[in-house]
Amino acid sequence: MNVFETLLYYLSFSYVRYALIVGVLIALCSSLLGVTLVMKRLSFIGDGLSHIAFGAMAVSSALNISLQMATGGGMAQSMIIVLPVTLISAVLLLRLGENSKIKGDALIAMISVSALAVGYLVMNVFSVSSNISGDVCGTLFGSTSIITLTFSDLCFSLIFSAVVVVIFLLLYNRLFSATFDEAFARATGLRVGAYNLLIALVIAALIVWAMNLIGSLLISALVVFPALSAMRVAKSFKSVIILSLVISVCCAFFGIICSILLSTPVGSTVVIFDLAAFGLFSALGAFIRRAA
Amino acid sequence: MELISCKNISLGYDGRVVVKNLSFCVNSGDYLCIVGENGSGKSTLMKTVLRLCKPIAGEIVMGEGLRHNEIGYLPQQTEIQKDFPASVWEIVLSGTLNRCGLCPFYKREQKQRARAIMEKVGIADIASRSYRELSGGQQQRVLLARALSAASRLIFLDEPAAGLDPVAMEKMYELINRLNKEDGITVMMISHDIEAAVKYSSHILHIGEEPYFFGTKEEYLESDVGKKYLFGKQD
Repeated sequence: MNVFETLLYYLSFSYVRYALIVGVLIALCSSLLGVTLVMKRLSFIGDGLSHIAFGAMAVSSALNISLQMATGGGMAQSMIIVLPVTLISAVLLLRLGENSKIKGDALIAMISVSALAVGYLVMNVFSVSSNISGDVCGTLFGSTSIITLTFSDLCFSLIFSAVVVVIFLLLYNRLFSATFDEAFARATGLRVGAYNLLIALVIAALIVWAMNLIGSLLISALVVFPALSAMRVAKSFKSVIILSLVISVCCAFFGIICSILLSTPVGSTVVIFDLAAFGLFSALGAFIRRAA
Repeated sequence: MELISCKNISLGYDGRVVVKNLSFCVNSGDYLCIVGENGSGKSTLMKTVLRLCKPIAGEIVMGEGLRHNEIGYLPQQTEIQKDFPASVWEIVLSGTLNRCGLCPFYKREQKQRARAIMEKVGIADIASRSYRELSGGQQQRVLLARALSAASRLIFLDEPAAGLDPVAMEKMYELINRLNKEDGITVMMISHDIEAAVKYSSHILHIGEEPYFFGTKEEYLESDVGKKYLFGKQD
């Protein structure tokens, strides 16, 4: 079989097609939110939240609620504990980040690592599975659940992405103003706090959703890389958004295809593609600046 | 007609009081310059009037039904902005956002307004350029245009000439002066450039060391604090 035939063979399985679609949707949503997070210097929230989501996942699997999830079940079971915990953490992290008196970054680093440690400890001590390192690895780097995506997971993903895209389009102009200059936006009557909160909540939901496929450690790469790559070359906010969306979707698509063909882990393959894109656009940006 | 009146306000940040018991008012058509040493609380005062911070004591009254969407603000540049990929057009247009109401998108009259203001400020030719590639003078003009897009009556300017070369600085002050004299926009400006303040403004507010001074420019030139500050600069 040549490469093309191999690909067609794999794509004849519905779960492979689902994984491809869900992966592209995750990439699309995370790139939209990523531009705002990166420019507001809030990338740490995405990173902190992903660690917290891991801790919450570990605790909930110890409590047996998401047993099925940790060992490769559907998405729905994990939501009961992980989603509320991550949403609440999003609000708290945002408050910490806004409060300049506390060293926000150090505190968030502390919380992230603690969540990781607690999560791993809980998974070890209260393990119900015979394959602990497999569970941990799956939750951190996303692997197991890719082959178990169901049609309802796909539907949920489609609805969630549609909601994210609609929210983003409706708030686009306001997000721009609040991102570029918070003081000005506030002074002229924009409710910046409410928008910041909304973005933090959406990013929390995105992380919980995307954990299944990409893994909690790698999801923040999907959030920050496309935005950073696009910022190297784009001249306007709109072009940053569009470019980062295109970069993110392409990297996810080809990354997943590549991982299917080479049997590599999905999450890390996609992130490698994003990293390569970042290198490419950085070089391109430097070249453009020198030429100008 | 009092647009803003501050009565016995005290201000501070990080738990430190920097301004105590200050009273002043701004009337429609005034050109008020706020002067004082670094760290005397000029920016904090402006932010407090804009309701970005709370005063420790005292009250600030906005008169004549002044609404948020009649105020324009030119803040000091932040680190974020220096590397922010946004076109000049996007930034100026974002100033009109307070005219959107609940509508998520810009309407035609907002775009026309932004275009007209860019002509007036002299940045129409760089509309599609990226903000981060502009010179300091151009960037300040873009931020001024954004403030004007938002404001019809009152603009707050926090060091609009900071970091500009003398020529660009002079142009900036002339432009602000025209807006005040010809378009009747009330200006409240922070400046550490006392000579420009005395040259263009109608009123001066001097904070920092007590006693504070608030009054017309002519009164300031006759006052002890004014003489000391002006002659101190010239020595």
